[in-house]
Amino acid sequence: MSQADTVMTAVAPYEPKKRRVRIDRIISIAVIAPSIIAIAIFVYFFIGASAYISVIDWNQSNYTNKFVGLQNYQQLFSTFRFQQDLRNTLFFTIAFLVVCLAIGLLLAILLDQKVKGEAIFRNIFMFPLAISFIVTGVAWRWLLSPGTAGDPHGVDQLFNLDPLTWTWFSNADSGIFSVALAAVWQMSGYVMAMYIAGLRAIPDEIREAARVDGATEWQVFRSIIFPLLQPITLSAVIILGHISLKIFDLVFAMSGHGPAFGTDVPALNMFDTIAANEYSSGAAIAMILLILVSILIIPYLIFNFRNEVKQ
Amino acid sequence: MRKPKYNILTLASILMLLPLLAACGGDNGTSTPSAGAATGSGGSTPVMANTAVMANTPVMASTAVMTGTAVMTGTSNSSLTGKLEMFSWWSTGGEAAGLKKLYQAYNVTYPNVNIVNSAVAGGAGQDAHAVLNNRLQNNNPPDAFQIHMGHELIDGPVAAGQVEDLSSLYQSEGWTKTFPQGVLDIVSSTDANGTKHYWSVPVNIHRANVLWYNKKVFSDNNLQPPATFADFFTAADALKAKGIAALALGDKDSFAAPHLMETVLLGTLGADGWKGLWTGTTKWDDPKVTEALNTFKKMLGYINSDHASLSWDQANSEVISGKAAMTIMGDWANADYIAKNFTNYGWVNAPGTKGIYDALSDTFALPKGAPDRDNAIAWLKLAGSQQGQDIFNPLKGSIPARTDAGKPAAGQPSYNDYLKSAMSDWTKDTIVPSVVHGAAAKPSWVKDYTDAVNAFVTKQDVTATQSQLVTAAATAMGK
Amino acid sequence: MSAIATNPPAVYTAPPRRFNPWRIVIYAVLLMFTVFYLLPVYILVTTSLKAYTEVNLSHMWTLPTGFSLDSFRDAWFGSESQSITGLAGSFFNSFELVIPATLITAIIGSLNGYVLAKWQFPGANIIFPLILYGMFIPYQAILIPLTRTLSAIHLYGNLYGLILTHVIYGLPICTLIFRNYYAGVPTELVEAGRIDGAGFFGIYRHILFPISVPGFIVVLIWQFTAVWNEFLFAINLVSNPSSQPITVALQNLAGSYSVQWNVQMAGAIIAALPPLILYIFLSRYFVRGLLAGSVKG
Repeated sequence: MSQADTVMTAVAPYEPKKRRVRIDRIISIAVIAPSIIAIAIFVYFFIGASAYISVIDWNQSNYTNKFVGLQNYQQLFSTFRFQQDLRNTLFFTIAFLVVCLAIGLLLAILLDQKVKGEAIFRNIFMFPLAISFIVTGVAWRWLLSPGTAGDPHGVDQLFNLDPLTWTWFSNADSGIFSVALAAVWQMSGYVMAMYIAGLRAIPDEIREAARVDGATEWQVFRSIIFPLLQPITLSAVIILGHISLKIFDLVFAMSGHGPAFGTDVPALNMFDTIAANEYSSGAAIAMILLILVSILIIPYLIFNFRNEVKQ
Repeated sequence: MRKPKYNILTLASILMLLPLLAACGGDNGTSTPSAGAATGSGGSTPVMANTAVMANTPVMASTAVMTGTAVMTGTSNSSLTGKLEMFSWWSTGGEAAGLKKLYQAYNVTYPNVNIVNSAVAGGAGQDAHAVLNNRLQNNNPPDAFQIHMGHELIDGPVAAGQVEDLSSLYQSEGWTKTFPQGVLDIVSSTDANGTKHYWSVPVNIHRANVLWYNKKVFSDNNLQPPATFADFFTAADALKAKGIAALALGDKDSFAAPHLMETVLLGTLGADGWKGLWTGTTKWDDPKVTEALNTFKKMLGYINSDHASLSWDQANSEVISGKAAMTIMGDWANADYIAKNFTNYGWVNAPGTKGIYDALSDTFALPKGAPDRDNAIAWLKLAGSQQGQDIFNPLKGSIPARTDAGKPAAGQPSYNDYLKSAMSDWTKDTIVPSVVHGAAAKPSWVKDYTDAVNAFVTKQDVTATQSQLVTAAATAMGK
Repeated sequence: MSAIATNPPAVYTAPPRRFNPWRIVIYAVLLMFTVFYLLPVYILVTTSLKAYTEVNLSHMWTLPTGFSLDSFRDAWFGSESQSITGLAGSFFNSFELVIPATLITAIIGSLNGYVLAKWQFPGANIIFPLILYGMFIPYQAILIPLTRTLSAIHLYGNLYGLILTHVIYGLPICTLIFRNYYAGVPTELVEAGRIDGAGFFGIYRHILFPISVPGFIVVLIWQFTAVWNEFLFAINLVSNPSSQPITVALQNLAGSYSVQWNVQMAGAIIAALPPLILYIFLSRYFVRGLLAGSVKG
């Protein structure tokens, strides 16, 4: 667990020696079996059940199970709301990832410069990680509430901005970026922590050697440090990416779906869809979310798993 | 590896244990709600049972309240014990106040019942729908719950077999005679044998098609409240020239814009045309629907520019401050003006809807498997009674559903001028069901309709929106 | 893994050669970000300490003139006159939820980690990634069957169902943390235990468990924070207001327009406090948990 760039660490194979070991081996399987069964049911079986629900016509409160194929998906993609959801998810993910990585890297490098009060800065940048998206949503809802013409609220008041121009999450086109701003506030410290761990893992000797060879500070960063930080960037992209795809609570607490669904996301749409008794349509949204997340996660898990086997 | 820091461990365990102790203390209280009744002390010690539930303070009948209202309701009845969990989305304002009054009246008669007020706030009732739905689907019902009359009820919990048939209660309480026929039709369904079944008890009636205006702004500009769309746009142009937003809209929550659109459709199609949209006799590709969308689009040219960041009550404040001249909102706006101490407002029917009462009603239903069924039935009886309706409605800002109510007891809050005028309209206007508020169509259709209209506010694409509405109707009718 | 925990030099040594203007830029940037991160804290704290008469959206940024705990009182106990439901009940509900969910997951996770690290069984290399997948899935994808199942076994609507849910979906990350933690324990130690005649549980109890304290702290903090802050399961599985956890109650409080926003701010502080306290006192372990895998969204 010392390395941020991998979720798995090598395990030394253990060679059994005694007869006693055989009994212990059975015990060991018995110990882990309930967990495996629970996960088989609660993860894999339930995913299968959701997939099944998404291809039947259970779109009213009483259960029906007529097979309708991909009709629920077709219907979903034809709605303006879901099209907006996909657009918003894309914008949100890009903005959230890029800004988090940039801020995280910048702060990590700055804090690595042996600054005074480094621990205090670090703790300030990271405390939002400890609190709930709901709390973040409540706070930022008031901060980014534009107020009315002539009576600006929130940051518009603080920076003397016109609430009709700076409408933040009330803007149908760009509202989603305001939600991303709150998400960046909460999560950028995480990326910073990852990069700090990465930077500290790079031995000083490597940098010193390069400096002795006459490399400028920028060249040291470009040709030595950045390449070494690449696996961390990958992990950060995967982890932040899967959070952003399934984001729900922050939007729920902060802006709701917004005008013309400018801040709507698939998870919120699913919540409303189920509330209208459309279980099959809701399951279809869930399956699309799962597919999006899996595209990101499965290669990552396989990649890590292969690496481990090689070691 | 560093040496483990045991002081930190100790701290952590103390942190974890402290609240556990406190939590246990709280738990003891909730698990013994009927303690007072078990000792046979009857009506004299209701307070103890009532203070048990920590999370639900609004109900807590104090002894002062008890003695204060006992005269009004008559004798107390200790035959019922246990709890009554009442689910609603009335968490604040006049509606919470009205509900609380009703709880107090209930506790006067049944002092040993501990009322648990499950009120879910947020999203103008949408969050509550989600939660309620979940509970009913998963056999975890409250004892009684609030739901809009009409298809929200009939195509929701009724179709799923989640609520009890209240027909016998309607007979025994004489409600088939005291509720108007229009309401009786909407809260009931007819089975294959032609028998009517009643499913919930309407406690009030709200009107959706009201145009509210600031009298001072109108008189300053020599304007008359508009009766038709033509009048509306004439006035709107005059106001726009003065830099005043003619129409305040606060569509931060998803119901507000569809609500406005509903009144425009109603004003364009008339009562029968409107009703036909939801029964199939009016087609959604009708040119009149196109006309309504164009009118709505034109209206959007006169609204406040910050509409997207406001809630409906903040839009009301724009009318109060005179920044906007009018707003079209259900008559809960009236309660909002009163709460904000604003008196200089007037009201007329939304353009083109003279003689039409676009109605919605909050009703209470009894879920199957209600944990405290007897308590819930007693609650429904109170909610459907003349006395119950006159306790609740003046505070809620709605009119009673019963035709014989409207005369609150002396010393109790009375109906204001608006409500008196609404009661008189109620008896003579054509009643049509509201769609945004659950009466006209099933929940999935309402969602498709509101989704389409909310997108229209920004996109303003008439053709695309109309085709979405046609699709939504086809989907809803097809199933 | 102690990289993060390594403290900076206690005494700052002045730049050796000459004054470096870059350092001013560095501090300026750091201070700018400090303002960004503390902006919400400022508004939360100042607003919640204002007296009701001072609470005005048109003067959001002014400092309170006095010191008033009225907002906290109303957020905690509720206020009958304003129809505010206090957070006190749900605050304790959250502890009733978090403590068992955290302890059970940690214990099971520790045993699982032990098995996976020291008792490689056939197929483990396939099963382990399959377990890990469970911590990344969007929980929406299992929500409908989960609610149905809990309802069928009478665990819907109360905290027990939510505890079970958090235990199961917390297992992958806790198993991962412990597995990696135990992987760092030299196999010779286990070997020695076996030679002494210790069995499966004997090795765990006498060799691994005693050195597991840091691992447990990491997992306990992780799980505590994740479960305390969780919202999706909470709102979908516990709809009865008398057993709702705090995130749902806070959303309920803040979701109603007529609740004064100073009360909402005080409520937000109350909801944030327990994990924040853990963070402040145990940030070292907190960071390790973060870096061990992912953040549950």
